Amino acid sequence: MINLTMDGLKISVEPGATLLDVARFYGANIPTLCYDEALSPYGACRLCLVEIGEPGKSRLVSSCTYPAREKLNVRTNTVRVMQTRKMIIELYLATCPSSKTIQDLASKYGVTGVRFSPKNEECILCGLCVRMCEEQMQAKAIGFVDRGVNRRISTAFDRKSEQCRLCGACMYICPVCQARCQGPSEESTLCNACLNLSPPCLENNDHTLCYMDPCAACELKKKTNQ
Amino acid sequence: MDLEAPKIKSAEEFFYIQRNYQKQYRDNNRFIVICGDTGCTARNSKAILGNLDRCLKEKDLSETVGTRFTGCLGLCESGPLVIVYPEEILYHRVIPDDMLEIVEETVLEGRIIDRLIYRDPSSGEKYAYARDLPFYKKQVRNLLGGNWKTDPTKIEDYIALGGYEALVKAVTEMSPGEVVQEVKEARLRGRGGAGFDAGLKWEECFKASGRKFIICNADEGDPGAFMDRSLLEGNPHAVLEGLIIGAYATGAREGVVYIRSEYPTAVEKIKTAINRAEELGLVGDDILGSGFGVQIYLSIGAGAFVCGETSALIASVDGRIGEPVQKPPRLVQHGYLDRPTVVNNVETLANVPHIIKQGAENYRATGTEASSGTKIFSLVGKVNNTGLVEVPLGMTLREIIFEIGGGIKEGKAFKAVQTGGPSGGCLPASYLDLPTDFESLTEVGSLMGSGGMIVMDEDTCMVDLAGYFLKFLADESCGCCFTCREGINRLLELVQNISCGRGSLDQLDLLKELAEVVKDSTLCGLGQTAPNPVLSTIKYFEDEYRAHILQNKCPAGVCRALITFEIIESYCNGCGLCKKNCPSDAITGEQKQTHYIDKDQCDKCGICFSTCRNEAILKQ
Ligand SMILES: Cc1cc2nc3c(=O)[nH]c(=O)nc-3n(C[C@H](O)[C@H](O)[C@H](O)COP(=O)(O)O)c2cc1C
Ligand code: SF4
Ligand code: SF4
Ligand code: SF4
Ligand code: FES
Repeated sequence: MINLTMDGLKISVEPGATLLDVARFYGANIPTLCYDEALSPYGACRLCLVEIGEPGKSRLVSSCTYPAREKLNVRTNTVRVMQTRKMIIELYLATCPSSKTIQDLASKYGVTGVRFSPKNEECILCGLCVRMCEEQMQAKAIGFVDRGVNRRISTAFDRKSEQCRLCGACMYICPVCQARCQGPSEESTLCNACLNLSPPCLENNDHTLCYMDPCAACELKKKTNQ
Repeated sequence: MDLEAPKIKSAEEFFYIQRNYQKQYRDNNRFIVICGDTGCTARNSKAILGNLDRCLKEKDLSETVGTRFTGCLGLCESGPLVIVYPEEILYHRVIPDDMLEIVEETVLEGRIIDRLIYRDPSSGEKYAYARDLPFYKKQVRNLLGGNWKTDPTKIEDYIALGGYEALVKAVTEMSPGEVVQEVKEARLRGRGGAGFDAGLKWEECFKASGRKFIICNADEGDPGAFMDRSLLEGNPHAVLEGLIIGAYATGAREGVVYIRSEYPTAVEKIKTAINRAEELGLVGDDILGSGFGVQIYLSIGAGAFVCGETSALIASVDGRIGEPVQKPPRLVQHGYLDRPTVVNNVETLANVPHIIKQGAENYRATGTEASSGTKIFSLVGKVNNTGLVEVPLGMTLREIIFEIGGGIKEGKAFKAVQTGGPSGGCLPASYLDLPTDFESLTEVGSLMGSGGMIVMDEDTCMVDLAGYFLKFLADESCGCCFTCREGINRLLELVQNISCGRGSLDQLDLLKELAEVVKDSTLCGLGQTAPNPVLSTIKYFEDEYRAHILQNKCPAGVCRALITFEIIESYCNGCGLCKKNCPSDAITGEQKQTHYIDKDQCDKCGICFSTCRNEAILKQ
């Protein structure tokens, strides 16, 4: 067993666990965009940052890829983590405002302004689709092409892939392709509409129409009722 | 030498062969060295060699005068370089037609040809002998010194000058543990960038069991740096010897040289070196009859900067995409093929034979307490003597730039020096007395890096410069981490906004904030150091950023969007030179009458500014 401290709690875990596993098990709230329990961790989105090491000599690492190690001091919600995370979400918003997942993150983490010029990317290169296709669908039909700012997702040689079975798993798991956010307009990349939604029709329909999971509006209502 | 040469089976045999080589080497008392490194070759040094051979033949001197086409001699600025031995007379900027005169005058008559000898650009003083040049005088050329004296394709030269003696000593007199201990005591620090203690790394690998690997990192991707290339091209056996000793010490039985395909000459040279060493039995099974054996392989990379990072390098050797991965687990435990692996820089390995030969204590006499030995810097930019300089670690920037480098070109003022390659920082004049060692440089926001040193004069705009490095890094990032890929891209966007005059003070704050986030939130060294050029230029040259933002001015007159060219009427005599040279047809005016620049048409190339003989063109 490995003994470590997380947010002041003394914890022992099995070797092989990542810091994200530990944090999730103990209920620490860490957002992720490129992580899925069914896939190997990749460390691309950088949202799951936590601070490790003693104060003064600490650094940030992505918890989804960092293995739990003996005597590690992990802090998941320091000012440094929060500020960095907010900036990352702001960058995401400026880059890919049409993703509902990203807009929801912005609402949740109180990002209420975007200072970068808006772009409209269709992909955040989280690599979920690539890993889904390779690890779960065993197809290896898609992968990363090129590097740096030119990096993109494609099939081999940009041709129609013979490996692809059109299962749609890649689209199912994509945080951008999923539900599109209708909120942001051309001038503003920030939606934050969920923050102001009045409880929608869902209750009248026995929740059957709700495709948002979790529905921001319902969550809000629950909170205000408490 | 015939290819059937028997393998060397013992130390005695080695020394016997060495004596033979030494005799051969000494027989050629009078010889002429021509620099055959990339820079000089580009300036036609191959033709110089051809001409020399012809002249020698004509004069019937082929038998008595040797020629040697070597690796980099250091003073690249003044190439092609020719040195006549044994006097060590150095001729610079030689053209092929000079060779006849050199043979007739210097070789036959022993006279020095005045017009070909080196003149110090700042003092104007002349130097005929290589050893007197201020450029070489302050250097300690432990590693590069061999370049002068050896033909890189000849293992005979290397052995004659004492090469492979360290290997013989290590495998016949020392145990692997003792070699590790010696390197540890020498406090050899990695020259690839991080400055990690090589001995500690070796020790950890030494303690691991099973199949192990040692890899030589020759990916060198920094713009403007060519230390590793020059070592591999000029003295490949030194690197190879270090690698073999490393394999012996760590217990690796397989070694890999990872080298980028953009270095075809270096690839060729190291390949030849490995083959020649194999023929003599210095690589392969049962080296020198000791029972120890190592196989060395070459792995050619496609030339990505990020593949210099160790985990990306290993992925690349393995045939996967060169992308860094999370450490821990560390590579000395789980490296190539998940086996313990040591990755060392070319220059680090080239230091190893010296340590073994002279012992840790003697080695430590050079350099500082925490950073021992020498470091090769590639001194480029606006200095008089650009080239490779090798100095003891801890020498001050001033000594390197002004004494060895001969000061700033054209007598201009020094503005900043950038150390550590694309992700190092820019240091202003107030840090000129800073010693160049790992700690001092990191402390002030720069890096030792692999040894790039770019000198800038008053005509360099720091905002523009930050943009240049960001552009390089945005292209070279592997693109895995969002904050590296998009973060650097956005930093670049902000910097470009500022240099176009579209910036604001808010954007400057945002730039700083984002730079810190990129530094903090990325996976590998590339992302973590990428903001250094921005942060250090803001730290030391914030005025310049502010001038761009508040006054819409580029003080150095570089950022095209912010400068204008204008003709001062009273100075213009209507010669028409500017009009003739302007590529954008922006200048109008009759002969002998004042000319005018159409500001909308002007592309701001600055050609008129440099062609006008009357200083009539005003750049603001
Ligand atoms: C982006 C990046 C590029 C690097 N490029 C090189 C390189 O070209 N050559 C090199 O020797 N080390 C390079 N390094 C450093 C290596 O990761 C590693 O520290 C070094 O090879 C270890 O050898 P050393 O201990 O002998 O210095 C690079 C590091 C990073 C993060
Ligand atoms: S649809 Fe094709 S590309 Fe997408 S996961 Fe399925 S097999 Fe892979
Ligand atoms: S397509 Fe979607 S899942 Fe795939 S990398 Fe892009 S954002 Fe991620
Ligand atoms: S920091 Fe940059 S180069 Fe390094 S792994 Fe992340 S994206 Fe790749
Ligand atoms: S979830 Fe860890 S980096 Fe994306």
